[in-house]
Amino acid sequence: MTTHTSPPAETGAGALRLEMRGIRKVYPSVVANDGVNLAVRPGEIHAVLGENGAGKSTLMKIIYGVTAPTEGEMRWEGQPVAVASPAHARGLGIGMVFQHFSLFETLNVTQNVALALPGAPDLKALARKIEEVSSRYGLPVDPRRMVHALSVGERQRVEIIRCLLQNPRLLIMDEPTSVLTPQAVRKLFETLRQLAAEGCSILYISHKLDEIQALCHTATVLRAGKVTGTCIPADETPASMARLMIGKELPVCEHGTPSGAGEVRLRLAGLSHACDDPFGTDLKDIHLDVRSGEIVGIAGVSGNGQQELLYAISGEEPLAEKYPVQICGVEAGRMTPDQRRSAGMGFVPEERLGRGAVPRMSLAENALLTAHASNDMLRHGMVNFAAVEKFSDACIRQYNVKCGGTVAEAKSLSGGNLQKYIMGREIMQAPRVLVVSQPTWGVDVGAAAFIRQSLIDLRNRGTAILVISEELDELFEVSDRIAVIAKGRLSPSKPTAETSVEEIGVWMSGMWPGAEATGEVRHVA
Amino acid sequence: MLLELEARAEPSRLMAYLSPLLAVVLTLIGGLIVFAALGKDPLQGFQVFFLNPVKDAYGISELLLKATPLMLIAVGLAVGFRANVWNIGAEGQYIVGAAAASGLALYFVESESAMLLPAMVIAGAVGGAAWASIPAFLRTRFNANEILTSLMLVYIAQLGVSWLVHGPWKDPDGFNFPQSQMFGDSALLPMLVEGTRLNFAFVMALGLLAAGYIFMQRSFLGFQMRVSGQASAAARYAGFSASRTIWIGLLAGGAAAGIAGMGEVAGPMGQLTEHVASNYGFAAIIVAFIGRLNPVGIFFGSLLMALLYLGGEQAQQYLNLPSSISKVFQGMLLFFLLGADVFIHYRLRLAGKKS
Repeated sequence: MTTHTSPPAETGAGALRLEMRGIRKVYPSVVANDGVNLAVRPGEIHAVLGENGAGKSTLMKIIYGVTAPTEGEMRWEGQPVAVASPAHARGLGIGMVFQHFSLFETLNVTQNVALALPGAPDLKALARKIEEVSSRYGLPVDPRRMVHALSVGERQRVEIIRCLLQNPRLLIMDEPTSVLTPQAVRKLFETLRQLAAEGCSILYISHKLDEIQALCHTATVLRAGKVTGTCIPADETPASMARLMIGKELPVCEHGTPSGAGEVRLRLAGLSHACDDPFGTDLKDIHLDVRSGEIVGIAGVSGNGQQELLYAISGEEPLAEKYPVQICGVEAGRMTPDQRRSAGMGFVPEERLGRGAVPRMSLAENALLTAHASNDMLRHGMVNFAAVEKFSDACIRQYNVKCGGTVAEAKSLSGGNLQKYIMGREIMQAPRVLVVSQPTWGVDVGAAAFIRQSLIDLRNRGTAILVISEELDELFEVSDRIAVIAKGRLSPSKPTAETSVEEIGVWMSGMWPGAEATGEVRHVA
Repeated sequence: MLLELEARAEPSRLMAYLSPLLAVVLTLIGGLIVFAALGKDPLQGFQVFFLNPVKDAYGISELLLKATPLMLIAVGLAVGFRANVWNIGAEGQYIVGAAAASGLALYFVESESAMLLPAMVIAGAVGGAAWASIPAFLRTRFNANEILTSLMLVYIAQLGVSWLVHGPWKDPDGFNFPQSQMFGDSALLPMLVEGTRLNFAFVMALGLLAAGYIFMQRSFLGFQMRVSGQASAAARYAGFSASRTIWIGLLAGGAAAGIAGMGEVAGPMGQLTEHVASNYGFAAIIVAFIGRLNPVGIFFGSLLMALLYLGGEQAQQYLNLPSSISKVFQGMLLFFLLGADVFIHYRLRLAGKKS
């Protein structure tokens, strides 16, 4: 990822493609943008860098006409404009690929693209045009396929092609790589560089520093709604950009050496499960041992069975057989989640609000949700609120949860603070096995480091930990062993020290040694 | 100048409690307009409808008597409603409870045992719960919507009681009226105040309100049901059984409604007739929501609803208004409550003005 196209030459202010001056956006409870300036030249790949909640998405929505700024001026190719709607933005030559795709699953690719175009285009001609654009920019997609049958990476390509058909002069990409394998990321970067070389400006939103360094000519850094700096990523280090982004040094994890494999605490012995959801993934014959004192990571592109796997391990989706899930030697396949907790397992789901915590209940009540068996919280079926309060308060203090005390509603907390609270709640029950899905998804850098450190500390105390994550960096940081899930099958595991991002990336597309040769691969980059 | 609704950053707790009061005030104003539209003096109407029923001690005892079944049913329903279990058929469960208790009273009509009344209470509760268990079974086994099944069972219960009092349980000395024999003295609830009809059922209602409060606010099972109602994925994650929530929600409502039915036949009626229900099961749904599914709120909500019943009777007698006037007021109250609840999540502001 080093082939830089050189940034376009300095030109006068009049040649700017897009200029935002003093943008301010106020929502009822928060100032999302405060005096933001942004200047994008033609053919420039411009990063907008910031943590979750820094105001990146709001700024993009203003540019794309989804929402209007409270104050400030926008200039498009030198002319002041007020973008009234996304259609208006498209008319100007602005295209946007959203983080969450906006495609109709029951229509095919051509029909989806047609919906975004004005008038009633001729579908056959359109299909030919799609094929043309897709081959020109290295975005392979069959225009006749139904969208529900496409992988996430392919859907993203459809979104990009949809934008490109309108010959945009500015393309906005919102966190485009979170759903891609490393190989697919490289392919995407090639496409974006080609576009930029043809003169299209690209606004690239991300919080991943290495990607921005590899791809972008210029970066504007946002923190808490304000611009904290503009830089040339190639001249910076990840640490210096992180300082601009979070306002302090990037915290590092003390990984330490694993104490060595202890006894098996969690065993998946041929776990298979057919998913009720037609768009879900069936789990197929999964084998895995997680031992005391180690962290095993499961990598994979989103939607390859991660959710179904956690449901099957936690007991939220009960199995027909007992043996496929064994917790500390007990066959637990037909146990309910609370029975599995009594057997020594804790788990943290990826959805925090609504699953890991009840949004409209207080933190104390949310402690009761899973910790009720411990710390004397129940007496004769009645809740001992004093004990619940005490546990909740201890959790808030030990895990540095920033909140309005134990009475604060779960939904009032930021994602990172709620995740710290949920992690604390599970860890304080001293689980023998802990299963965590997406531990730092949507969490700011500081809280993410704290959460990873908590996991490592827990491992050092002898707990067996299974981490399911779509962030490869994270898995390489915390795991002692890594396995990959693809199309509902699990690869063999490999010690982290003996593998590489490249190898795991290949495995993520389903091609590990011994994988079924006939198995259709879900994500080929 | 145009008004528009703007979403609040978070729901207003103040409005959650203020909205029932706002609904009451709007109902009163609406009532005045209805009286005027019917050609009655609004102020006289107001006095007859809302003040006359409670102008003396006897009136107040009648108010409490009317409020009793409403309290019982509403507190039972609140247990289910909090868990998103929508039992709309309390009317039917009330009728079956009344019939079950009547069955005992009629079978032991000569008995003087002190155990007969407690047995009738149990029979009422079991009868109501049994009727509610049908939608619970259909929901947990076949995922059939309990709103529809519980409602449809109301009409079956009504026809069942009709058949009983026209057929096997008809009083042989009753001049062919569709009603049972009068109960024996040992099957009648003791009076609380001499010279009134206020009976022991009121005490049972207060007891059940207290029990409901403890169950919903203090018990772990009540907590589990609240979690199920607010976030079903969180309940599943915690390992709380969804079908247990449905069973408890429906059985609690059914049993409480059955006890209310027993209180009516063993109290003011003293026999089983076709007219045992008088719509309490449906009115109690409004009471439960006016009371914000909270036993304290339900207590006051029942008094208000009972006043609408009594006021309606007064209006028939003294203003020559049709008996459906009570239902008009009930409807207005629910309508205004639902309308006022909008302000829990939204606030009004002048259009075009930036906040």
